[in-house]
Amino acid sequence: MKKAFNVLLIFLLAFTVFAGGQQDAGQAEVEAAEESTEGPQSGGVLVFGRGGDSVGLDPARETDGESFYATTQIFDNLVEFKNGTTEIQPALAKSWDISDDNLTFTFHLVEDATFHDGTPFNAEAVVFSLGRQLWEDHPYYDLGPWKYWGYMDMSNIVEDIVAVDEYTVRIDLQKVEAPFLANLAMDFAAMVSPTAVEKYGEDFKSNPVGTGPFKFVSWQKDSNIVLEKNENYWRRPAYLDRLILQVIPDPTARYLALQKGEIDVLDFPSPEDIEDMKADPDIKVIQQPGLNVGYLAMNTQKEPFDDKRVRQAFNYAINKDEIIEAVFGSAGTPAKNPLPPTMWSYNDSIEPYPYDPAKAKELLAEAGYPDGFETDLWAMPVARPYFPDGRKVAEIMQAQLKEIGVEAEIVSYDWGTYLDRTDSGEHETALLGWTGDNGDPDNFLFVLLSAAAAEVPAGNIAFWKDEEFNELIIEAKETFDRERRTELYMEAQEVFHEEAPWVPVAHSIVSEPMQPNVMNFKLSPVGKRVFYSVWLDQ
Amino acid sequence: MLKYVLKRVSLLIPTLIGVATLVFAMVALSPGDPARVMLGERANKAQLEKLRSELGLDRPLIEQYGIYMKNMAQFDFGESIKTGRKVSEEIKELYPATIELAFFAMLFATTLGIIIGVLSATRRNTWIDYTSMVGALFGVSMPVFWLALVLMMIFSVGLNWFPTGGRINIRYYFEAITNFYILDTLIYWVRDGDPKFLISSLKHMILPAVALGTIPLAIIARVTRSSMLEVLKQDYVKTARSAGIAEKRVVYRYALKNALLPVVTIIGLQFGLLLSGAILTETIFAWPGIGKWIYKAIEARDYPAVQGGVLVIATSFVLINLVVDILYSIVNPKIRLQ
Repeated sequence: MKKAFNVLLIFLLAFTVFAGGQQDAGQAEVEAAEESTEGPQSGGVLVFGRGGDSVGLDPARETDGESFYATTQIFDNLVEFKNGTTEIQPALAKSWDISDDNLTFTFHLVEDATFHDGTPFNAEAVVFSLGRQLWEDHPYYDLGPWKYWGYMDMSNIVEDIVAVDEYTVRIDLQKVEAPFLANLAMDFAAMVSPTAVEKYGEDFKSNPVGTGPFKFVSWQKDSNIVLEKNENYWRRPAYLDRLILQVIPDPTARYLALQKGEIDVLDFPSPEDIEDMKADPDIKVIQQPGLNVGYLAMNTQKEPFDDKRVRQAFNYAINKDEIIEAVFGSAGTPAKNPLPPTMWSYNDSIEPYPYDPAKAKELLAEAGYPDGFETDLWAMPVARPYFPDGRKVAEIMQAQLKEIGVEAEIVSYDWGTYLDRTDSGEHETALLGWTGDNGDPDNFLFVLLSAAAAEVPAGNIAFWKDEEFNELIIEAKETFDRERRTELYMEAQEVFHEEAPWVPVAHSIVSEPMQPNVMNFKLSPVGKRVFYSVWLDQ
Repeated sequence: MLKYVLKRVSLLIPTLIGVATLVFAMVALSPGDPARVMLGERANKAQLEKLRSELGLDRPLIEQYGIYMKNMAQFDFGESIKTGRKVSEEIKELYPATIELAFFAMLFATTLGIIIGVLSATRRNTWIDYTSMVGALFGVSMPVFWLALVLMMIFSVGLNWFPTGGRINIRYYFEAITNFYILDTLIYWVRDGDPKFLISSLKHMILPAVALGTIPLAIIARVTRSSMLEVLKQDYVKTARSAGIAEKRVVYRYALKNALLPVVTIIGLQFGLLLSGAILTETIFAWPGIGKWIYKAIEARDYPAVQGGVLVIATSFVLINLVVDILYSIVNPKIRLQ
């Protein structure tokens, strides 16, 4: 008996000694640093704690944000989004000319950039990086599928890519497409080292080589990706010595790791923790509305939603504040337009439909449904940034619609089936949303509401085909003048508001909590996390 | 003895064929189109069709099954639909983490479980017995994610004894060799003479192992107790006692050995369960293991990954049971005769 106790005692003792014994070197106590008045400091290791692992590291091949978090640091594009905005600025192309017919872009490249493997960056590398996605007979076309190239319809935009000389590239277009330049700033259009793709082939996605401010070091599946400063960067080198993207799947555990100083920046906090984090003086929280929208689409090809009054009635009947409070907490803001508020040409002068069930009932009566009607309400089965809980949103809407006499039956399928069936128009009303890709309004209005997108499989799941609206957005697509485009999009949003094919519900708010000594971190409207200019106040 | 082992091993093959077929059927019959899940909101028709044909999803089911069984026979699980990497490669990276965690969880559960079981059996109906058995009941019924978070809050945030998660200090320059980190860090220690890697990986191991080991611990303690009580009633124990042999010797030398037989079976079964059932612990402690990986693969309808992962775990389970049965037959010759 005594012996058994001894064993237990020894066990417990060993346990404590181990635990208390040695403090891990890296886990320095975090001090709440004041905003530094000095300039940027070089050095240090930054750990970025995030919810999931990257799928792959070839930016043209992947579609998920977690992959781009890593590739954005490793690769550069011809043009890029100015940090923290949707504005386009020169990058590997120091300048460009656009022909008078707007169909030919000539890019002048920087001359002193090299890939991390020593391969010089030149016109051939541009033709290689984009050409492998365009030409089906390209020797590396089969490393695809090049999904984003397809999503952005690039094969129907780009005619040819030609190396004019060592540092000049010409891209010919098939049609006038104003958002084209913004597409080139997206991750899929990154410049990859042709030598490295030839060397690694299929495995390039685990051995990425770009010209970016950070070099790839290692990737431990579902655990971490380690990147190192590129000392030979063609611009000012990054401030951080190393950047570690660490996977911590559980948001509560991520929060605890931030409190302990094991990570420096926390991605995707749990909405219910945000208020606590803001109140904590040892944590700095940066917030910005996300470039997304969650909406209820009404199938305008089906009765009774072919009647504008019914659609407007739904807009009056749904109380967005209640939904946001229950589902988003402080991580959401009500939507009145199909465009998110951080997007240029967002029409802020539009008065949202107020919550007014009486008015809704009136409109229904006018449309010939004084006692309401029965319909379906499709609810997404997965959490997306624009709807953290589709089911719950649907349940609240169901109760709200009941008040105006509409009996909505909630329908749900697994995610793949859900998308398949909604984009072939099986629903009467369905919840869905969108996250912006290239910071261009066309990426919302054309993809989600144009007549062209109402063809099965439809991006326009309201199957709304309004002539006036379509004329406006097509003219905007073919106009290069930003002011004129803004006017057109403003007007298009008014048409949308009046015709009400959706109930726009919410835009999520992105929050990024971090240690107070993480400096110059800017949230990007297009969902990137850029660490090039971030530094640690030590 | 050899005959018995051979017989058991030969049963392994039909078992595995059965498992493989079952896995295929489950995947083939479950709803959802992987191409659609992969491409998400942005898919267009041409992309969908192309991907479906690339994945072989447009072929007849029986043909898909034939190809699948042929590949399985060669341990070729194909490429993950999601990542495009070889499934076997991903398993090789992740499975060691799970095995290592399960091993240490079982080490904790077995050591403590047997001690508690013996104590409560020999001190039957005393406060020790009551406390341990109430504790065991508590342990069996405790939600793992809750226990994991509580452990983390107390021991890593509150007392600052352990890190919150991961397998080794994130900021160390460490590259895995075998992906069994305890082993790898031991190699580092021998090679470089610096134990900090080993210490760090052991510190990262303790909380997840305790969280994962709690349920098996409770089960082992209960089984040990009841088995021990059974044995202590036997005539040979009475004889030993009446012969004046010291109680300690009776309990530990004679009774415990026989009482451990059912416990060995439970340990084997529990170890097998932990290999697949560590999803919650892996998620909370950011432990890059195979449980969470399979769960995500199911969500994404990543068929090759699901098939490969389930098959590897099922094979391990069968193998562990085989080893347990063989051990059992060594300890208890009666089994061999049946």
